[in-house]
Amino acid sequence: MTARAVLQQADIARALTRISHEILESNRGSSDLVILGVPTRGVLLAERIGRILDDIEPGAGTVGSLDVTMYRDDLARNPTRAPAPTEIPAGGIDGKTVVLVDDVLYSGRTIRAALDALSDLGRPRAVRLAVLVDRGHRELPIRADFVGKNLPTSADERINVRLVELDGSEEVTIQ
Amino acid sequence: MRHLLSTADLSRDAAITMLDLAEDMADVATREVKKLPTLRGRTVVNLFFEDSTRTRVSFELAAKRLSADVINFSAKGSSVSKGESLKDTAQTLAAMGADGVVIRHSASGAPRVLAESGWIDAGVVNAGDGTHEHPTQALLDAFTMRRRLHGNASRGKGLDGVRVVIVGDILHSRVARSNVWLLATLGAEVSLVAPATLLPVSTSEWPVTVGYDLDAAIADAPDVVMMLRIQAERMNAAFFPSAREYSREWGLDDERVARLPADTMVMHPGPMNRGLEISAGAADSPRSTVLEQVANGVSIRMAVLYHLLSGSDS
Repeated sequence: MTARAVLQQADIARALTRISHEILESNRGSSDLVILGVPTRGVLLAERIGRILDDIEPGAGTVGSLDVTMYRDDLARNPTRAPAPTEIPAGGIDGKTVVLVDDVLYSGRTIRAALDALSDLGRPRAVRLAVLVDRGHRELPIRADFVGKNLPTSADERINVRLVELDGSEEVTIQ
Repeated sequence: MRHLLSTADLSRDAAITMLDLAEDMADVATREVKKLPTLRGRTVVNLFFEDSTRTRVSFELAAKRLSADVINFSAKGSSVSKGESLKDTAQTLAAMGADGVVIRHSASGAPRVLAESGWIDAGVVNAGDGTHEHPTQALLDAFTMRRRLHGNASRGKGLDGVRVVIVGDILHSRVARSNVWLLATLGAEVSLVAPATLLPVSTSEWPVTVGYDLDAAIADAPDVVMMLRIQAERMNAAFFPSAREYSREWGLDDERVARLPADTMVMHPGPMNRGLEISAGAADSPRSTVLEQVANGVSIRMAVLYHLLSGSDS
């Protein structure tokens, strides 16, 4: 099956800029905001959102990463996974508004794991979710607050997010 | 990987993956909730046929931090003292549904027998077998060296070119054997220093250089000096004339420590015989990594248990 591009480089940049503005709007400013990316590509997206936030309001982009490997519900069904580092910004997450960032929202199980991981690290005032692509097919009652693009898909299609830092090219394709 | 029996089985990539995994596990100890749900519902049996405090407690803490259920089984006070064989003990544990077995045994090779016999379908971790191997100790030693050398930038690195001197009772030391294989795999240059009576005959086939003079080894300014415990329980022959003479020739005393470069690490797997192989001054100096080794032991054992028990076999 051939891959069809649904988002180009410029589309991704525009989506991230819009998401950044929406984050600031819903948070009523940049106070107590922590952006946490879910590895692998969520971390790259979180860093980009952090830079855009910094351009809008200097000091707004407090960025970290949150690995969810140890909290997954499918560990026993798959070969052993290697976790990625978790880096929580120095201020911690207690009382902060945490925005989780991931590339694709699908079953919602990764985000469920991320919420469990967060509760072991502290008690945020609120947790929001930003994703580049929402492709539907949720298996858990989880919803994104900030969405780059809604992509209606069927379960046998694959969404590939490529980011220039990791993959050399920048696009979202469906196949 | 199903079992961890020997560091000789580990490739360089596998060893570095394990050390990197331990870096992630070490972060857990700094958190508010020092627990991960990863091995929830799995059962780990600590099967200790030989006395141990730190290794057993370290494995127990590691398993509990990963939310596994832990059963401690020691030979004293169990049916083993009534004459039960390893096979019957293993089959009993299998019938109870153990997912992982951490075994320490006075017979070299007992963990491999357990792993390959088919008596029990569980991941086996060697926690010290006779005078053969103690792989998690070697991993935690390598982890401690890497952290001292590279700090937070340790991930993905080996120990290439690091010069390690292992001093003392090589003959009886499973710690030394596991370290020799692992350190060589990671690219370190290992030399052994011991009285001739406490060196095994097989060292010519090991990836090491051998010396008899601790002062000469210290004059070479090594990066790491690893002291081994004089194992009184295995001293069944006259390996050296007296404890005082051993201490004078091969003990790391304050005067020898003063001759080492300021950044040389002093390591000891514990328990220490203060005043025999290591002086109190050396053991408590800032270059001593003894307590770091204990703390890192929990991280390494979490990494090993996660690696062996989390995924499916496919």
